[in-house]
Amino acid sequence: MSQINRIAGGQIERSKTLNFTFDGKSYTGHPGDTLASALLANGVRLMGRSFKYHRPRGPLSAGSEEPNALVELRSGARQEPNTRATVAELFDGLEAKSQNRWPSLAFDMMSINDRLSGFLAAGFYYKTFMWPAAFWEKVYEPIIRRAAGLGSMSTLEDPDSYDKGFLHCDLLIIGAGPSGLMAALTAGRAGARVVLADEDFRFGGRLNAETHEISDMSGADWASEAVAELSTLPNVRLMMRTTVVGAFDHGIYSAVERVSDHLAVPLPGKPRQTLWRIYSKHAILAAGATERPVAFENNDRPGIMMAGSLRAYANRWGVSVGDRVAVFSNNDDGLRTAVDLQAKGVDVVAVVDSREGGALLPGIRHLRGAQVIDSEGRLGLKAITVRLANGKTETIQTTALGVSGGWNPNLNISSHHRSKPHWREDIAAFVPGEGGPVNLSAVGAANGAMSTHAALTSGQSRALDILSALGVTAKTTALPKAEDAPISIRPLWYVNHGKGRAWIDQQNDVTVKDVKLAHQENFTSVEHLKRYTTLGMATDQGKTSNVIGLAVMAELTGRSIPETGTTVYRPPYTPVAMGTLAGRSRGKEFKPFRHTPSHKWAEEQGAVFVEVGMWLRTQWLPRAGETHWRQSVDREVLATRKSVGICDVTTLGKIDIQGTDAGAFLDKVYANTFSTLAIGKCRYGLMLREDGIVFDDGTTARMGEHEYVMTTTTANAVSVFRHLEFVRQCLYPDMDVQLISTTEAWAQYSVAGPNARKLLEKIVDQDISDVAFPYMGAGNTTVCGGLRARLFRISFSGELAFEIAVPTRYGDALIRRLVEAGQEFDAVVYGTETLGVMRIEKGHVAGNELNGQSTALNMGLGKMVSKKKDSIGMPLSQREGLNDLDGYRLVGVKPVDKDQPLNAGSHFLEIGAAPVAENDGGWLTSMVYSPHIGSHIALGYLKAGDQKIGKHMRAVNFLNKTDVEIEIVSPHFFDPEGERLRG
Amino acid sequence: MIINHPILGPRDAQEFVYLGDESLIARPDGLAPDAIGAFHDYLYLRNNPAGEHRELWYHEQGDRSWLVVTRNTVTHVITKVEMARDVARRMGRSK
Amino acid sequence: MRYSGFRVIAEALSGHKGWKPVWRDPVPQAEYDYIIVGGGGHGLATAYYLAKEFGQARIAVLEKGYLGGGNVGRNTTIIRSNYLLDGNEPFYEFSLKLWEGLEQDFNYNAMVSQRGIMNLIHTDAQRDAFTRRGNGMILHGADAELLTRDQVKAMYPFLNFDNARFPIKGALTQKRGGTVRHDAVAWGYARGADTRGVDLIQNCEVTGFKIENGKVFGVETTRGYIRAKKVGVAVAGSSSKVMAHAGLRLPIESHVLQAFVSEGLKPLINGVMTFGAGHFYVSQSDKGGLVFGGDIDGYNSYAQRGNLPVIEDVAEGGMALMPMIGRARLLRTWGGIMDMSMDGSPIIDKTHIDGLYFNGGWCYGGFKATPASGWCFAHLLAKDEPHKTATAYRFDRFLKGRMIDEKGMGATPNLH
Repeated sequence: MSQINRIAGGQIERSKTLNFTFDGKSYTGHPGDTLASALLANGVRLMGRSFKYHRPRGPLSAGSEEPNALVELRSGARQEPNTRATVAELFDGLEAKSQNRWPSLAFDMMSINDRLSGFLAAGFYYKTFMWPAAFWEKVYEPIIRRAAGLGSMSTLEDPDSYDKGFLHCDLLIIGAGPSGLMAALTAGRAGARVVLADEDFRFGGRLNAETHEISDMSGADWASEAVAELSTLPNVRLMMRTTVVGAFDHGIYSAVERVSDHLAVPLPGKPRQTLWRIYSKHAILAAGATERPVAFENNDRPGIMMAGSLRAYANRWGVSVGDRVAVFSNNDDGLRTAVDLQAKGVDVVAVVDSREGGALLPGIRHLRGAQVIDSEGRLGLKAITVRLANGKTETIQTTALGVSGGWNPNLNISSHHRSKPHWREDIAAFVPGEGGPVNLSAVGAANGAMSTHAALTSGQSRALDILSALGVTAKTTALPKAEDAPISIRPLWYVNHGKGRAWIDQQNDVTVKDVKLAHQENFTSVEHLKRYTTLGMATDQGKTSNVIGLAVMAELTGRSIPETGTTVYRPPYTPVAMGTLAGRSRGKEFKPFRHTPSHKWAEEQGAVFVEVGMWLRTQWLPRAGETHWRQSVDREVLATRKSVGICDVTTLGKIDIQGTDAGAFLDKVYANTFSTLAIGKCRYGLMLREDGIVFDDGTTARMGEHEYVMTTTTANAVSVFRHLEFVRQCLYPDMDVQLISTTEAWAQYSVAGPNARKLLEKIVDQDISDVAFPYMGAGNTTVCGGLRARLFRISFSGELAFEIAVPTRYGDALIRRLVEAGQEFDAVVYGTETLGVMRIEKGHVAGNELNGQSTALNMGLGKMVSKKKDSIGMPLSQREGLNDLDGYRLVGVKPVDKDQPLNAGSHFLEIGAAPVAENDGGWLTSMVYSPHIGSHIALGYLKAGDQKIGKHMRAVNFLNKTDVEIEIVSPHFFDPEGERLRG
Repeated sequence: MIINHPILGPRDAQEFVYLGDESLIARPDGLAPDAIGAFHDYLYLRNNPAGEHRELWYHEQGDRSWLVVTRNTVTHVITKVEMARDVARRMGRSK
Repeated sequence: MRYSGFRVIAEALSGHKGWKPVWRDPVPQAEYDYIIVGGGGHGLATAYYLAKEFGQARIAVLEKGYLGGGNVGRNTTIIRSNYLLDGNEPFYEFSLKLWEGLEQDFNYNAMVSQRGIMNLIHTDAQRDAFTRRGNGMILHGADAELLTRDQVKAMYPFLNFDNARFPIKGALTQKRGGTVRHDAVAWGYARGADTRGVDLIQNCEVTGFKIENGKVFGVETTRGYIRAKKVGVAVAGSSSKVMAHAGLRLPIESHVLQAFVSEGLKPLINGVMTFGAGHFYVSQSDKGGLVFGGDIDGYNSYAQRGNLPVIEDVAEGGMALMPMIGRARLLRTWGGIMDMSMDGSPIIDKTHIDGLYFNGGWCYGGFKATPASGWCFAHLLAKDEPHKTATAYRFDRFLKGRMIDEKGMGATPNLH
């Protein structure tokens, strides 16, 4: 069997043959074919199964509105479910499989549902499967889930890449049919920056599917000439295979360019698809119209399709869907199918025209006042039954039927901002209404201008209006000559005959009966209709079905169609691959990495890194022979406390604050006072949110009379800076204070331990004795013989400690110098784990305690909030609920049995108390193993914890079923008097 | 969305961080007798109109300006963009 | 009319002639004992429980548009009770228990499906926080389990375990969590309320309240004035607009949350999953669509639609977590208006106006709360005191400093 239905003509490249397979069987086609046109050329009409009843289906359309011919395209990791065969461009080696059937497309066991359809009416599932209650998850639902779904996904990672791009233009034109091309020519010739996008792989829109002439040449040739001219204009960007899928605010549109879908695999370095974000000053919707069917009994058989599609397959692809063809139409446009196919030598057996009276087509059996009432042929159309004007019925043998119920303007994009479409009686269709996206207007068939002449006229005149709004002068040129025939529709939505099913939404199997049942049960609002019957919820978003469903409901309720409701479409216009929307942000590139200045050095040392926000920080630095992370961390802790340790603390936020009001400014943003801080000193600062909850903490140093340096936590570096700018610009706009974030400008290392000073004396150029540089000292200095640096004598570890900062570009050199200088002291470099052990040993709060839910009082820092001055958060921190005497207080926790592990997240319970919420005492916030204590230790928030020091309780973790007796202790486990850090 | 920054011209809204109603500029006196009541109303209650809304946006990926943007919450149309500092001064804020 | 499998069969055999309207379209009476403003999930549930559990009569639900057209008709269908704080957890656990018996209670198959919810863990701090949460849940009588990385991998081997920017280290799971067919919830409650004599009045917008001397006497509507002894407002998304008619300013902003569904696919994901290192959560509907969402757009909006950056952000989260969904297609996006409250938690409380009650501030978490919200609001309306699981949902918690701030974000509604 080789392309038995291929007829003459069309825009396919017959000199080249492409091989492809469908369900394992080999076929041939030509460049220019879609998968659907090629299969039809090979005599294959059956391409899919419907969702619910598993009815055999062929293509209903020749475009992106296709509900039926959905296939799994490609295989392996590139398997792509639900691809519409009607838009899949044929390439050599294409593989496709039918989907949602078992064991085969022609013999599908699940079509038992079709036999049982009487029991499966709209919404039946809401009324049953309720007994016994446990059976829903165990029995009914698993069966339903397995049966449902359409195509199947590969579980392998998508091997293709995706890109994103940005475009800016004066005018975006959506659709390159006659109206879009005319608008592009008009605007492009005038010099405006134009983007012309069309979803098809050939410009011209319906001109490619029709035999119309423009300026005495074929429409397709006119389109080619227009495109040729446009491609010479540098201000016009032609985007083929590009679907504008969404309209967003302020002239922004999203578009998907299918860069490589017409190839077996993308070319090297090319993405599969690109997501374009198009910023336009104006936009023209020239997306044409979509034909809609008429519902009649068994109107869903393979071989029955839209009349315009039947003619498109003939005119554009040189395919006759059947050897004998009939047409069923309620308008003049449908008749063109018969005329065109007859002209191509196809046997047109009848034109069933529901309109009574009027002229008859010459040389064709044109049955006026007649309706198709039924069809035959299980896997493909064999015959139709026609009720003639005289009431008699006649069966006509035919293998293809083109149906036209009129055309719906493709107004989808215009309704993405939820504007309601407007009903036009003369064309029996909705057109774009008021209140759509600003500066978007529709032209041509998308606006209800159905003839070629009207399309050209509206495209030109709208472009001229926009040019004038843009202040661009344009020459008006004569419009090319084109047909201007009216569509002459007399609405017919469904054929009222018989007891069988007449499909409205073919993919979801919604029939006229379902709409009637919805009406009977009072689901009469359009939203109820949609939700109850699933009308329009399929992958085509009801492009061919919504209006018919609405019309049937209107008839049942006795209201007009616009009274019944309108259909508002949601983005995207056609479904978009997730990969396209994600672009390059996947895998390791999901978010950027931020590396500290010591990163390269640490990598050389074999450091283990941990994600801290976007930063990668050294977690610990294993040495040879260490097989468990605890060995490394215990060693780092002990070595630091014994001698000296070095830690990269660059990730902490750093903000320079300068100006004559800098001190007053800090008094506003910190709960404690900074204006009184001596020059050359640091102070621990506590920052509250306006609601009185602790926002952040850190040390801030006064480097000069009007010059402070603030540090923030790593996590809040960005949000603190934003907050400070808010306070500066919005609350105290006349304060003389300037801020700059210097987080990335300075590489900063902590040097901690009894030998910290000795080590740093080898690096820092000045005297750093306790007298010259006492605890909490701060100042500008130089290192390594003249490099500018900042030095702070601050300690998170509880040891004698300094933080030394140099310009970031010297960070790598400094870590190497520090390590070298530290060799004689057996200095270690430690990571975040050791940092965590030492801060918990000292009872310092960090991320797990600074959880955005805790007050200074909770942290044992209540006295830091000065009531004498007005600072952010002070007033609301005094609310009663934040000052409960039995509220949470920070405590230390030790296991009574030193060998018992603790878990952060365990809850406090009294010994013997029942495990219920009323007895919940709080929770362990942070836990580490302390090599000095010789056991796990933890911090926790315990209700009235300050009154429970010394008490024994339990730390219970139901998740790993541990229940540990603990002692509540002061959170200052190590050197509570702070003697070491003053040393 | 696009915000027409008074200094930098039209910028994508993605460069900005949103805060909320411009009334957040009108911070009460924290040392006044009924500060808690005044701060409750200031911090927690919102007009939340369906229509024109004057709101604070911060140009985090830009020049770090706080802006007051007049935007319709039904249509998202922006009719005015001002420097928040100017608005704050007009509202009587200083040091 | 009672629904059952036998009934479906009997009707099928007789051509479905016997199905009755699921609800009446009554003409508004001049007066009711209770008027519920808002015919979304919460309003319908309130009316249902008022009639059924609290034995109240003369109840009307006034709905501006169509029944179930609130956020009950546009959410991602998730139910769970995995809350952290004492103010929330008892309420959501009560709700989950109501879900578990709901279909038999109102004789409508809302497809309550407890296929589990899993919150992925990517850092040690997250594990600590989820351990705290899981233990809190168990203390409140809910279920929680901590899964290891390998246990997660056994369930979903196609997640990104090998090349992730933020590696998966485990998960907190609640097996009783799951999904529900959202529209059916509204219809089930509506049918149950209608059967019990509640007047469900569609296309009836409340345009004002009649308030004299600090007491409410009725509501002005587009279908005329209706007297009422008590008025309960449950119009989340539009709370500020409606309550402004009574002169109230609320601790609420309206924001848009977008949601997404893919084309129908054969089963991939059994339960609900949340990505802990980006803004993405996903489940798969019985029809086969992947239903997913992420963050709110972040600016005040009543537009019921969002913008592109969030769509991209959500897809990026999806691809980072499940690199195999690249070729699955996003079918539809939509937006709902959220009542974003100042601490991320709801309000079910009296107002300072006698007879006027308020239910709102549900943020993006109102769907799972529907049964308990209806029950507790009905309790408050009928008894003038809060239900024991909803005592924390007061207006004055902000004045008193008793916020219920699950995320610890403070008075910044768009960050909750």
